[in-house]
Amino acid sequence: MKNKTSSPPREGEARPSRCPDNSAFKQQKLPAWKPQLTIATVLSSFFLTGAFCLSVGVCLILSTNSVREIQIDYSDKCSDCSKLRENSSNWNKECHCSVNFMLKEDILGDVFMYYGLQNFYQNHRRYVISRSDAQLLGRNVNIQKSYCAPFTTYRNGTPMAPCGAIANSMFNDTIDLFYNLKSSVIQVPLLKTGNSWWTDKNVKFRNPKSYNLSSAFAGTARPPYWQKPVYLLDEEDERNNGYINDDFIIWMRVSAFATFRNLYRRVSRIRQFADGLPAGNYTFRISYNFPVTKFKGRKYVILSTVVWSGGSNPFLGIAYVVSGTAATLTGFVITAIHLKLRKKKAYFQK
Amino acid sequence: MSRKSVPGCFSRMIWKKHFFKETCCRRGAPDAEIQNEELEKRGKVKKRKKKNENKRVIISNLPFGSKKWKENPNRHYDSNKIKTTKYTILTFLPKNIYEQFHRFANIYFVVIALLNFVPVVNAFQPEVSVIPICIIMAITAIKDAWEDFRRYKLDKEINHMGCYIYSREERAYVEKCWKDVRVGDFVQLQCNETIPADILLLYSSDQNGICHLETANLDGETNLKQRQVVMGFSSQNTLFEPEFFQNTIICEMPNNDLNKFKGYMEQPNHERIGFNIESLLLRGCTIRNTEAAIGIVIYAGHETKAMLNNSGPRYKRSKIERRMNTDIFLCVGLLFVMCLVGAVGHGIWTGNFSEHPPYDVPDENGNFLSPVLAGFYMFLTMIILLQVLIPISLYVSIELVKLGQVFLIHNDIDLYDEEADLPIQCRALNITEDLGQIQYIFSDKTGTLTENKMVFRRCTVDGIEFSHQENARRLETHKELDLDDEDFAKLQHFTLPPMNIERPATYKQRTMRPLRRCQSARAHFQGHTRNRSLGRCDSNQSQVAFSSTIEKDVTPDSRLLRHVREAALQTENLSPFVHMKTSTSLTDFFLALAICNTVLVSTATEPRQRVTVPPPIKPSGITLEKIHQIFQRLKLASLSQSFSSSQSSSDLGTSFSAKNTEGHLAALDCCDNDDCCASGRGDELQGKGSTDIGSASLDEVFKSVTNSSLPTDFCYEAESPDEAALVYAAQAYSFTLVSRTPEQVTVRLPQGTLLTFDILYTLGFDSVRKRMSVVVRHPLTKEIVVYTKGADSVIMDLLEDSAKADISAKKRMKRIKEKTQKHLDYYARDGLRTLCIAKKVLNEDDFQKWANFRREAEAAIDNRDELLMETAQHLETKLTLLGATGIEDRLQDRVPDTIAALREAGIQIWVLTGDKQETAVNIAYSCKLLNQRDTVFTINTENKETCESVLNLTLEEVRKNYEVEKPRRKIFGIIPTSFSASEAPSPEFGLVIDGRTLNVIFQGGLEEKFLALTKHCRSVLCCRSTPLQKSMVVKLVRRQLKVMTLSIGDGANDVSMIQAADVGIGISGQEGMQAVMASDFAISRFKHLKKLLLVHGHWCYARLAKMVIYFFYKNVNYVSLLFWYQFFCGFSGSTMIDYWQMIFFNLFFTSMPPLLFGVLDRDFSAETLLGLPELYKNGQNSEIYKLSTFIITMLDAFYQSLICFFVPYLMYEDSDIDVFSFGNPINTISLLTILLHQALEMKTWTVFHVVTMTGSVVFYLVFSLIYNAACVVCNPPTNPYWIMEKQLSDPTFYLLCLITPVIALLPRFFIFALRGTFGPSVILKAQQLDKLPKGQQDLEIQKLRSGKQTTSGASVASPASNDDLDQNISHLCVSPFLHPVAAAVSHGDTEGQGLSASEVNALRKRTPEGGYYFFNRWAEEEGTATGSSAGPFSGHYPLVPSRVTTPGQDGGKLTKDSAKNFNHGSHRRSVSAVTL
Repeated sequence: MKNKTSSPPREGEARPSRCPDNSAFKQQKLPAWKPQLTIATVLSSFFLTGAFCLSVGVCLILSTNSVREIQIDYSDKCSDCSKLRENSSNWNKECHCSVNFMLKEDILGDVFMYYGLQNFYQNHRRYVISRSDAQLLGRNVNIQKSYCAPFTTYRNGTPMAPCGAIANSMFNDTIDLFYNLKSSVIQVPLLKTGNSWWTDKNVKFRNPKSYNLSSAFAGTARPPYWQKPVYLLDEEDERNNGYINDDFIIWMRVSAFATFRNLYRRVSRIRQFADGLPAGNYTFRISYNFPVTKFKGRKYVILSTVVWSGGSNPFLGIAYVVSGTAATLTGFVITAIHLKLRKKKAYFQK
Repeated sequence: MSRKSVPGCFSRMIWKKHFFKETCCRRGAPDAEIQNEELEKRGKVKKRKKKNENKRVIISNLPFGSKKWKENPNRHYDSNKIKTTKYTILTFLPKNIYEQFHRFANIYFVVIALLNFVPVVNAFQPEVSVIPICIIMAITAIKDAWEDFRRYKLDKEINHMGCYIYSREERAYVEKCWKDVRVGDFVQLQCNETIPADILLLYSSDQNGICHLETANLDGETNLKQRQVVMGFSSQNTLFEPEFFQNTIICEMPNNDLNKFKGYMEQPNHERIGFNIESLLLRGCTIRNTEAAIGIVIYAGHETKAMLNNSGPRYKRSKIERRMNTDIFLCVGLLFVMCLVGAVGHGIWTGNFSEHPPYDVPDENGNFLSPVLAGFYMFLTMIILLQVLIPISLYVSIELVKLGQVFLIHNDIDLYDEEADLPIQCRALNITEDLGQIQYIFSDKTGTLTENKMVFRRCTVDGIEFSHQENARRLETHKELDLDDEDFAKLQHFTLPPMNIERPATYKQRTMRPLRRCQSARAHFQGHTRNRSLGRCDSNQSQVAFSSTIEKDVTPDSRLLRHVREAALQTENLSPFVHMKTSTSLTDFFLALAICNTVLVSTATEPRQRVTVPPPIKPSGITLEKIHQIFQRLKLASLSQSFSSSQSSSDLGTSFSAKNTEGHLAALDCCDNDDCCASGRGDELQGKGSTDIGSASLDEVFKSVTNSSLPTDFCYEAESPDEAALVYAAQAYSFTLVSRTPEQVTVRLPQGTLLTFDILYTLGFDSVRKRMSVVVRHPLTKEIVVYTKGADSVIMDLLEDSAKADISAKKRMKRIKEKTQKHLDYYARDGLRTLCIAKKVLNEDDFQKWANFRREAEAAIDNRDELLMETAQHLETKLTLLGATGIEDRLQDRVPDTIAALREAGIQIWVLTGDKQETAVNIAYSCKLLNQRDTVFTINTENKETCESVLNLTLEEVRKNYEVEKPRRKIFGIIPTSFSASEAPSPEFGLVIDGRTLNVIFQGGLEEKFLALTKHCRSVLCCRSTPLQKSMVVKLVRRQLKVMTLSIGDGANDVSMIQAADVGIGISGQEGMQAVMASDFAISRFKHLKKLLLVHGHWCYARLAKMVIYFFYKNVNYVSLLFWYQFFCGFSGSTMIDYWQMIFFNLFFTSMPPLLFGVLDRDFSAETLLGLPELYKNGQNSEIYKLSTFIITMLDAFYQSLICFFVPYLMYEDSDIDVFSFGNPINTISLLTILLHQALEMKTWTVFHVVTMTGSVVFYLVFSLIYNAACVVCNPPTNPYWIMEKQLSDPTFYLLCLITPVIALLPRFFIFALRGTFGPSVILKAQQLDKLPKGQQDLEIQKLRSGKQTTSGASVASPASNDDLDQNISHLCVSPFLHPVAAAVSHGDTEGQGLSASEVNALRKRTPEGGYYFFNRWAEEEGTATGSSAGPFSGHYPLVPSRVTTPGQDGGKLTKDSAKNFNHGSHRRSVSAVTL
């Protein structure tokens, strides 16, 4: 197939021209390492794997055990509110409720407050794509062309800002935490910024450029489910308003599963909360806006600390321990087989 | 395809001038070439319009200049421009896309890509989904384009080759390109020129109007063929003048039959001249031995017979691909199930809600779908989502891998033949892996197993056998130059006592050969040092067929040579008219060898130039005066002589000193040789009467004559290689054929004289008569002599009735006949091709009578052929037997070794040959296809009932034997000596069947019985089968047994067989191109088959099978990740992995390692594979890729994907993880898992492997980092911005990526380890071998092999238990011949003993009737032609059921312990016949 005659004759004409090169590659004689999987050779690897997995697993479990977490389901605790919210025509009516709970021991370290939702399929295909990243970058784009439909514009043509189903269904409960110290009630100071990814806050989400926010969003309307326009999400902090509102940014990062939690606030470690949350009675005061009962969902509020290996989920540690154990056991079995065979001398000499 | 013509015999200039002189100034209107071309174009447009449906009318183009081109009836015919390309630049795109859509998978993917654009399935980025299929199709298109471009270049080269066309304007033949040749043109061809189109021969420079042709390019036959000028044109002595050609040629439409052509020429006076294929020069052939030929173009370009025969490469689908296609359908089924689950799940999920939740997004108009409709749409969405389940890149990957494999096979230096300077050619690119799955090999014999180089081996003259020991030895040495010569040195010790002992020695030599080959194979097993053939010079003669040194140098038998010289003396000594019987028959015998043929003579310096005139001989030792002196004397001696008509009347050569006494000549010569002068004279004085002393000096005399007077080497070109071999043999005995013209033939005799015979008639060879004769007039005796040469079966029946002769002569002739017949039988049994030589002396009257008949017959118009045949038969009667020859068609190098290895690999080998039964059987024995102890069944019948009953009987016999086998084994079990159960020698059966019986089987519906029988047989030989039968056998086996078949052959008669098999292999060698053209792979030696199958086949199969399975695994693994996610997203078709990542995953991140694996992986080294042929069975049984492995792999893929999905899921469950942050680790994990899975599969790790493996991971990481950092909104709905970066800063990500692949692959790892310990012993052994360092490896393999042989040898060595009879027989057989055996042993010959069939023959009748029979049905012997030639066995012992037991020896153990080998001698070799 290959016409070798064209190649320059190296050793003169005497050499036959069509003779293939005697190179290691062409003769398939490249030096090679040939691993052979036999019981004898894999023995050590099983033990090593086992030992490694066990040690890592123990470390992981130990670190996960240090995580303190408290989770409170409040979807039914405010039954009045939930009923009120079942009728979407009442969207404008406010509804508050409070949930009491007791911490039996201190939660030390950074304490994170999450809201959790159950049975909310944020990962639904049509839901996931219903957003316009370009709009959220503050660009003036024609969102008609985006995937926001049908939450793009109102009938009169006013574009929604932000558009899309994700933004429209944003979690809009407000949760405040109060520490009941003796008879006095102290509001736990919570940080509402710095909860989102730095890149999201600074790169992925931008407000439209204008002298102030309300003018930047002029000509747009809030999404239908929203109670207030986007530029009023956080009236206190200019840098946490509009598209770059942390709550909004976090909501826009759609969750992978139907049951999920999103970071809501962090406990500010000042005054008596410098070491975390001390043990005692606490109250959540919740402005109940987000309806969940109509899709059989539930709402939680979660207080948790975080370690290097993540949250309170012990699975990874368990996985390591189990697989480490399995590997070690297999290693022993293999050793047994190996020794038995060696006695027979059958497979060492051919 | 180099068709460059060698510079012509005659210089072109001369011819041009010549023709110019002839044709100039007649008429001429110079026309513009351009116009002509224009017209040509116009003509082309209409060329499809055929005027005559079944006739083609051609007239000369000359009267139609370019002006009248429109009127030329030839304008519709194809021009000579060829175009084998599929595409043009314009049509490439649409045509190629159309071609690609023939592949089901491509359609599938395009349909899916189009489905993306359907809005309801709301796929995002439909444009993106088109990318993979576009890339795949683009790669395929580039490959196709490149291949087409290469064809284009080749076409261009051919189209621009030059040839000479007659031009009216210039009145001469002008050089034009091939593409400009048109039908109706006159083309002048010169010696060694390739013919540009199919041309009707109108003129040849040969006086008889003959043009010689070499058709090697067409059918590969290198012998010369003769073509005859159309009748009526042959008589003319003047040059042919195209301008005067006014005839109309009418012939048949173009067809692809190379051997048929008919037509006639109508002259202006309406006279018709017929012509046939004998006058047609075919495109692609080469003119030889003819200075010039002129003809008119009949067919051009694609309409030529050569092109019509050339039906490009066929598309074959390999077994793996067939298997794969069914698995793809399984995948489609799986896909369907998955989609259905998704659809139903989505429907139910949607139906669960009484009110639409906020995450259930309505369509653009705010409407919600009903659950059922949503489910249906989801089905489509899921198809798109999970489409990758069908591996899109599989097809293109397979093609790329096969290209790589072909490249490596092509470059294997072990498959390169130095002599021919040819590497292996892989003509089919897509069935490399089939080489690893072959179960049946169908082989041709001649040219495939043998060299198709005919070598004179032995002869018998007058009932005396001359065994040609020295010649045999020379052949041996020639063959095994690389062997240590000790054996031969030992052999030299055998003196050559009278016949009886002499023969066993030769027989031994023959039987020994395979053994030595084996050893040599082993010795040269390892080092790929090529055995550079030392003594072979083939530099300048390679272009001349049949002239390798082996064939040319025949070492004369010393005894015969002495006889010849004595005979030569006697003829001189006594009057030529007084015949001493032996001496004359010797002379006649060699004269017949030299004359009775159609060999053309040329000299080595000028090959392909015919010598028609005896060359002037100038003996160096003899001075001019001496010559003159002799000449004077000769004149005085009033002996009538026929001088050669040429100039050489003064040459010594023409003189024949018949009347001179020996003394004169001897004296003359002796005087020239100064040193021997005195003794010579002494001899002269003494030696008048005593030939004994005389011969001593004569030796020298002859030496001086032959040495001094030998001119440059003659080259003989013969139509069949046998003829050349005989001529060379005659030359060895100093009967040198010096020249040949149609009228005369000149031979130089041992005395150095030239004898010129007038050839009166030549009765050519035909397959019906099976003989040829020449009728010559003897120059000395003036007798008219008929020399006949032919098949023994025919000649023996035509011998003279001894009735007339007196009793003693009668007895003598009878004895000679018997003896000769006996010798012939040995020859046949020895695998030699036999020819009988006979002569007949005619008296003048008879001859004249016959000549008249003959002339009449020649002149006859009706049934001319029959008449000619009749006259020939009339002449060839009452012959006197001169002798017979045995010509060996030598086995190719290392054939037995290769066959043994292939058989060990579990391949059944059948030989399908057109040859004689005996020859075939003997070749089968000598190449170890049949073992000496095999029982051979022979079935020859023409009757259906007989055939059926024979088949039944044989089958029963065989089955009984298999049953008997079992209890026997038990007995062996008790005797624990050297008997491992696996090595128990089952009685092996061989089946020999001939073409007639095959016919009966095919027509009588006995195929199944036949196949049932063959399944039990170790090997099957089909003799005398036609090409059609060959292919029918192949097809039968292939279809009925559903096995992978391979056909190997070298000649045109093997083409159909090659095409019928799954894999066709052509041997490019003696018989050339036709088989190669039809083949899938072309090798140059049979021995290459071993490495091709055992190593490359195994590798290709293992690589490709594993790669295909891996692709399925990879895709299923990856796609099911997406599927599992559907359970957590309401079956909504969400993906957690970014779309680009998904596309890249298959196309780039995980594509290189499997490709590399498919090209480079070596599960075992080549040495191990060759050393342990059993490893091949792995591929034969499709163990790597079958349904079970596929299903296991699928299950494993599911398991792994479950792990890859659920470990991250459980870890991130209930956390704030977002969709793509969840998908990213999954993607990474599955990448690692998939790559590590591949790593587990890999058996060799070279630098390339390491680089691609790590490269893939690094590329993935780098790509992800860049992609996730660079793209904020470039990929609208999904946005994986900064995810990779974020996760790489998270320790849990690393922990996750560590543990998941471990969990996923640990079970596989464990199972591999178990398999590596408890797997099949062969594989384990191979693995251990592979580990060893080089030298030790060799040793081990050798040990292994010899171990195998000792066990089999030992099993053979205890035949008593096997069959008591055998033991007795072997004793019987061996004992009388202890002498040679003892001699052999005493000489340290370690090879055991051989015994010739001749001795056995004596025992034959005593041999008790054995348990196994042979069924020979000779009853239907219908004619002498077929029946009697079928066998000496049947003919002579028709009713004796007998078993011949030949103590042979087992294969190649040549170790120091000769004692062990000593007893091998009790193998059965049964050859017998029973008439039913």
